Amino acid sequence: MIRVVLPQHLRTLAGVQREVNLDVAGRVTQRSVLDALESRYPMLRGTIRDQLTQKRRPFVRFFACEDDLSHESPDAPLPEKVASGEEAFYIIGAIVGG
Amino acid sequence: MSEVRVLVGTRKGAFVLTSDGKRRRWDISGPYFGGWEIYHLKGSPADPNRIYASQSSGWFGQVIQRSNDGGKTWAPVGNKFAYDGVPGTHQWYDGTPHPWEFKRVWHLEPSLTDPDVVYAGAEDAALFRSGDGGQTWQELAGLRGHGSGPRWQPGAGGMCLHTILLDPKNPGRIFIAISAAGAFRTDDAGKSWQPINRGLRSDFMPDPTAEVGHCVHRIAMHPSHSDVLFMQKHWDVMRSDDAGGSWKEVSGNLPSDFGFAIDVHAHEPQTIYVVPIKSDSEHYPPEGKLRVYRSRTGGNEWEPLTNGLPQRDCYVNVLREAMAVDSLDSCGVYFGTTGGQVYASADAGDNWTSIVHDLPAVVSVEVQTLS
Repeated sequence: MIRVVLPQHLRTLAGVQREVNLDVAGRVTQRSVLDALESRYPMLRGTIRDQLTQKRRPFVRFFACEDDLSHESPDAPLPEKVASGEEAFYIIGAIVGG
Repeated sequence: MSEVRVLVGTRKGAFVLTSDGKRRRWDISGPYFGGWEIYHLKGSPADPNRIYASQSSGWFGQVIQRSNDGGKTWAPVGNKFAYDGVPGTHQWYDGTPHPWEFKRVWHLEPSLTDPDVVYAGAEDAALFRSGDGGQTWQELAGLRGHGSGPRWQPGAGGMCLHTILLDPKNPGRIFIAISAAGAFRTDDAGKSWQPINRGLRSDFMPDPTAEVGHCVHRIAMHPSHSDVLFMQKHWDVMRSDDAGGSWKEVSGNLPSDFGFAIDVHAHEPQTIYVVPIKSDSEHYPPEGKLRVYRSRTGGNEWEPLTNGLPQRDCYVNVLREAMAVDSLDSCGVYFGTTGGQVYASADAGDNWTSIVHDLPAVVSVEVQTLS
């Protein structure tokens, strides 16, 4: 079970609480987690990564285990503690603008 | 008993304002989609309980929301806006080629006859159509592809397709406007397009009368006179009597012919409204006086409407989508400001009251007249 923490606006959009739990088949990567997230909550498509290029939106960041993973390859394995459910995968809106 | 529903998009959410036909007491609901920019909401003429909303954010991109109950509840629908084929390039601010990139939806225009058909005007400029209530979107690519697209250039607010007018007399005819490319028309439901900018003059352009490149801020049309178009250009208020074939200036005695919003009285096709703004470098009313100007002659002769509007120390702006009219017997006129006020007149502009005065900056105002 993968734990994903969403920013407030996306919780509202998806109608969920702060943290959602996902089953992810195969390797646990940014891509597989986001695929599972968007499959379960289709309204989140396009809000975290671009619909067409699948690239992370510029003001969205990914954190886990106190590390910024935003610039990691989407196909790199996420930390073992995320894969095991011990730690959450954080999707965060960058602090920019007003 | 008639009812009026005013749909207000702001920088930080949407609001729905409702009143009976007297338009004296208003109920305010919202914010919906709090914290998100709501560029536009509009109801279906064929089913007024069907409302579409464009919700966007610099962080999380574009979402389209749909209500089937008059704005009480909402659900997200499709937000995949893919340009048809290879998008190509338009001109960047410095004149260099720049790839077309989808940023947001500025305007949603539901079909006059089918609640499931809706058009979306996008930045970077393109027109999309949905035939399934907003679940999926297809570009009407003939607009970008008709030939002049590579010469379009963004205005200060981005290269947005902000105006979509559906001709009730001719189902194949659609007018659109883009900042800063100009106005365009299709007569075959979006397959082919032509620029309709003859007579426009924009002195900031190398060729002031070029076929495209004009910063059109808004076009309005009375549904019973769909060959007659009124335009608030960056500078100049313009009029066309031949469906955009040619334009002439009707700024007349306006204190400034810069502005954004323009609209037409619901029952008097020659009565039009604008809100003059001092200049493109000072986006506030001349002399700090918020005045709507009305022409009962289709332009040229204008009268200021000031009763109930602040006549000193007022430095708000009125954006291009932020004016609308209702169709009650005594035509109501509405507009919103960047200061968060929504003003209403139940007597065609003679007297104004503030329905609500502390909203986030108002981006768009639309009105539904319900019976």
